[in-house]
Amino acid sequence: MLLRAGGRRLLAPGLRRVLGGGGLLADPVAVGGGRAYHERVVDHYENPRNVGSFENDDPSVGTGLVGAPACGDVMKLQIRVDESSGKIVDACFKTFGCGSAIASSSVATEWVKGKQMEEVLTIKNSEIAKHLSLPPVKLHCSMLAEDAIKAAVKNYEAKKAKLGQKGKVTAAEKAAEA
Amino acid sequence: MALSRRLLPLLRRGGCLSASASPARALSMAAVPADADQEEAVTVKGVRISGRPLYMDMQATTPVDPRVLDAMLPFYLSRYGNPHSRTHLYGWESDAAVEEARARVASLVGADPREIFFTSGATECNNIAVKGVMRFYRDRRRHVITTQTEHKCVLDSCRYLQQEGFEVTYLPVRPDGLVDVAQLADAIRPDTGLVSVMAVNNEIGVVQPLEEIGRICREKGVPFHTDAAQALGKIPIDVNQMGIGLMSLSAHKIYGPKGVGALYLRRRPRIRVEPQMSGGGQERGIRSGTVPTPLVVGFGAACEIAAKEMDYDHRRATTLQKRLLDGIRGQVDDVVINGSMEHRYPGNLNLSFAYVEGESLLMGLKEVAVSSGSACTSASLEPSYVLRALGVEEDMAHTSIRFGIGRFTTEEEVDRATELTVHQVKKLRDMSPLYEMAKAGIDIKSIQWAQH
Repeated sequence: MLLRAGGRRLLAPGLRRVLGGGGLLADPVAVGGGRAYHERVVDHYENPRNVGSFENDDPSVGTGLVGAPACGDVMKLQIRVDESSGKIVDACFKTFGCGSAIASSSVATEWVKGKQMEEVLTIKNSEIAKHLSLPPVKLHCSMLAEDAIKAAVKNYEAKKAKLGQKGKVTAAEKAAEA
Repeated sequence: MALSRRLLPLLRRGGCLSASASPARALSMAAVPADADQEEAVTVKGVRISGRPLYMDMQATTPVDPRVLDAMLPFYLSRYGNPHSRTHLYGWESDAAVEEARARVASLVGADPREIFFTSGATECNNIAVKGVMRFYRDRRRHVITTQTEHKCVLDSCRYLQQEGFEVTYLPVRPDGLVDVAQLADAIRPDTGLVSVMAVNNEIGVVQPLEEIGRICREKGVPFHTDAAQALGKIPIDVNQMGIGLMSLSAHKIYGPKGVGALYLRRRPRIRVEPQMSGGGQERGIRSGTVPTPLVVGFGAACEIAAKEMDYDHRRATTLQKRLLDGIRGQVDDVVINGSMEHRYPGNLNLSFAYVEGESLLMGLKEVAVSSGSACTSASLEPSYVLRALGVEEDMAHTSIRFGIGRFTTEEEVDRATELTVHQVKKLRDMSPLYEMAKAGIDIKSIQWAQH
């Protein structure tokens, strides 16, 4: 405390100019050495949106589970689809991964809400990466988020198809019994 | 007046912390979230905090002990002579200071001062030890034995030797991090020129059985080199009892200055090395270059202090480590300690939190300076090779955090680090699909993951 108060005084004005008036400490790039997080990534980490789970068995829910613990990245993205309109009404996610992975999946859930299923399939990982200003070494996180969206949609459609088949089978049974 | 103005916000903020109105808190420099109006706030990982992060990364480096700095300053400002100047007082007094420091370093490890050679650090010592010994005896000795958990500089020197045509055996370690001594004895061949096993591991803090290894090496007539950078001043070292032939020492791990280290080279039986630095033949021809008097004096002072305070520091570190571990384990489960608990230096605690990824945990621990063995924090996306050598599963290797406790770590810092860690782990577990699956009873290892 004393050191901090006194330090400012002891620093000669010339030295203060060199340090940019404490600017060296205040500049995140200088502190982080170029590995600083973009404020959007930090925001998604500090205030996560749409973290949660829907019921897996619910017919209106599609679940995409991508990645592998061995790679250090696992994303689970779930969408709730309104059957009649084909629109995604709600989405949630859970992620095991670094800050960029969490942010990428969080952004993915935000972007799919309120869109048609065909529309969300066009979301590209490069858009997510650009939105979060991901450095090259973190681009695979956005790739995984894109995969998660596609997997969720695929899962929903597969479920729908299976339920549709089951519906046909029971109708046939009824007809047979009748 | 300025002092009270700065104290006031701290006292105001004291209300929102657990140890709120205690006088100790008001003067603390530990980091808290910054108020919007504070000018001296620092931005760390995208969030403004005031004060500096708590330093819990003592294995990376340590602060210089003020007593060491006191010893060094005269040699920068008034007694600044080159110790190799033979013709005037400045040189003589500088040389006397270097020799005194040499004696201090030697006495901390039970060696003769003539066996200590100053270098720029432990990395240089490891290079001289590994490459220098093997190149000197290159006609008769072609084999080196080392372990998979050595420091990068030893492993890289061995790889360099392999390119020159030598053979290297990288011994595996047991899951608790200790090397199998019987396996080491079996690996020794007639043409083995060096056995290199580090004393205390920098990542997991495990202490290797130096006396046993030294005994075997002495019996078989092979020089025993140990990288004792993390061990010096922390565990008792006696080069004769432990049969050590070469040893690498570093100053900045024991509260000394950065940029200086020392190589211990046994005289009886004499171990010869080929020098890696050519020049004026300083340090008996082993390491040419002006010996940096202030740094060396600092190193000597640090060793002297360490000799006096080793016991006390060890007991204190043990207490603080227990406090940290109990604090964390009492509030979260599924915490794994990497490395043996019995054979460990207490100031190093490497923990894996299951289902939580290391980099995201570090991102949340803005107010604590720790390091991780996770892939994302290394440049190559590979998890730490030390943890992999322990046989830690890859998903667990991504989750490890290393806490370092040192001479200046306070109980308050440990408590705050515990609090912050527990909070972040809980938050990330809520976000983790693996935790959800584990709680639902699904065996994660049985799932077929979609690789890409």
